Amino acid sequence: MTGIRVREVSHYFGPVRVLKNINLAVEKNEILGVIGPAGSGKSTFLRSLNRLNDLVQGSRTEGMIEVDGRDITRPGTSLVELRRRLGMVFAVPVPLPRSIYENLAFGPRLAGVRGKEKLDALVRYGLEQTALWIEVKDRLHQSALKLSGGQQQRLCIARVLTLKPDYILLDEPTSGLDPVSTMKIEDSLRILKKDYTIILVTNNTKQAARVSDRTAFFLAGELVEIGPTERIFTAPADRRTEDYISGRFG
Amino acid sequence: MRVPPRLEQRFVKVVLWSMTAITVFVLLFIVAYILRRGLPVLSLSFLTENPHEMGRTGGIFSTIVGTLALTAMALAVATPLGVGTAIFLNEYTWESRVTRIIRFGADCLAGIPSIIFGLFGFILFVIKMGFGWSILSGGLTLAFMILPTIIRTSEEALRSVPRSYREVSLSLGSTKWQMVTRVILPSALPGIVTGVILSVGRSIGETAAVIFTAGSALRLPTSLFSSSRTMSVHFYILAREGISMPNAYGTAAVLVLSILLVNIVTYRLMHRFIRKYS
Repeated sequence: MTGIRVREVSHYFGPVRVLKNINLAVEKNEILGVIGPAGSGKSTFLRSLNRLNDLVQGSRTEGMIEVDGRDITRPGTSLVELRRRLGMVFAVPVPLPRSIYENLAFGPRLAGVRGKEKLDALVRYGLEQTALWIEVKDRLHQSALKLSGGQQQRLCIARVLTLKPDYILLDEPTSGLDPVSTMKIEDSLRILKKDYTIILVTNNTKQAARVSDRTAFFLAGELVEIGPTERIFTAPADRRTEDYISGRFG
Repeated sequence: MRVPPRLEQRFVKVVLWSMTAITVFVLLFIVAYILRRGLPVLSLSFLTENPHEMGRTGGIFSTIVGTLALTAMALAVATPLGVGTAIFLNEYTWESRVTRIIRFGADCLAGIPSIIFGLFGFILFVIKMGFGWSILSGGLTLAFMILPTIIRTSEEALRSVPRSYREVSLSLGSTKWQMVTRVILPSALPGIVTGVILSVGRSIGETAAVIFTAGSALRLPTSLFSSSRTMSVHFYILAREGISMPNAYGTAAVLVLSILLVNIVTYRLMHRFIRKYS
């Protein structure tokens, strides 16, 4: 069974219940947009998929999250393998303080890829998929910190691609970027959809409308509604969804 | 009565400027004084000959070797222990009562007068464990003395590494240990090195803890079990017993210059390192 199945998932930070009985499925090769106001649990949801919430003291998940048929909330799960298969891009671009090349080679090296040719090929693949190759091919060994904000974020997406993941989790990837950079990233996502399954958390409702195949609306830790993007934006079933996307709150 | 803002601004500026000036003056005065009295004694033979007649004549070669050996020994023990402890506290355990107690303990340890470390080292290493007055006893004692500093500065350095670096490293499929060695330590290195340099300074300058544990033999040390005199102990004995003031100042000048050298060299290296990593 492929895809992600989330069943009755609640997430707690200490005594605070941040996610409440979430049920949803992510199908292969779709872009699932996740929208909702700040504090609605979108990011926590995303981070529970690759178990990054584990970094927070007192974090606890109830329920079941199946990734390609395996429940990843079980204690014995290999987090290294899980996180390689579900690559994550964060809201703020975080290039590591090293060269562009070394940023991209970081993941493959960890995975045990050796040899200049193999690494070169992966680096090039990542950069080409994000349309960065032309922009940076002559300065691969310069510091990644010197890139512009938009380039840095595309670098972060490229860095995830070098892992050859099955899923890409994006946590408000364009929230700090200008419209042109945002457009470039959205273009990349449309191309990446062919090979990857993408979950895009965004605080920009219009972005979900532009890019995603299906959209989920989170509010106060609950999944209010999920469905084809077009239906969510034209004929939402829930009053709260309508209020949110029409800008009455959030 | 309200002071007009411009007057206040000027007043504050003058006061702060004077404070800085006083600090710089005291520092320069001490260094200049020591160098003025010590530099005339310095020569190649002063650095390369062993002391004769209790240090009245001859050079200070054996005390330079002793100082280097003790400092190296202390660092070799304290750096892995301290950095390891800091990594454990910061990366491998949740914040809890226990970690707070460990931290509090380290802070208290840092405030203990060095002569008490000396006494402790004397009883434990020299007597109980039978190492005698030796580089081993002295080095271990110094190691415990500088350990809290290394722990706390390393911890600060680790904590200043952005949380996002940890998330990125783990999300790219690193193990925790790979995250520590490949991402966190390189970023924290400048801070850790600063703590180590501080500790080098303290080790080189330490007298009380060393005189109890490494003794004050003037022979050239030949093994870890040799008793040895460091430059600061040598200076203390020369000055205290009135053996030779010129040679005492000569020793002091070498001490001051070597600490200066250690700082300059490490900052140079750090600078190169930081440039490479950013």
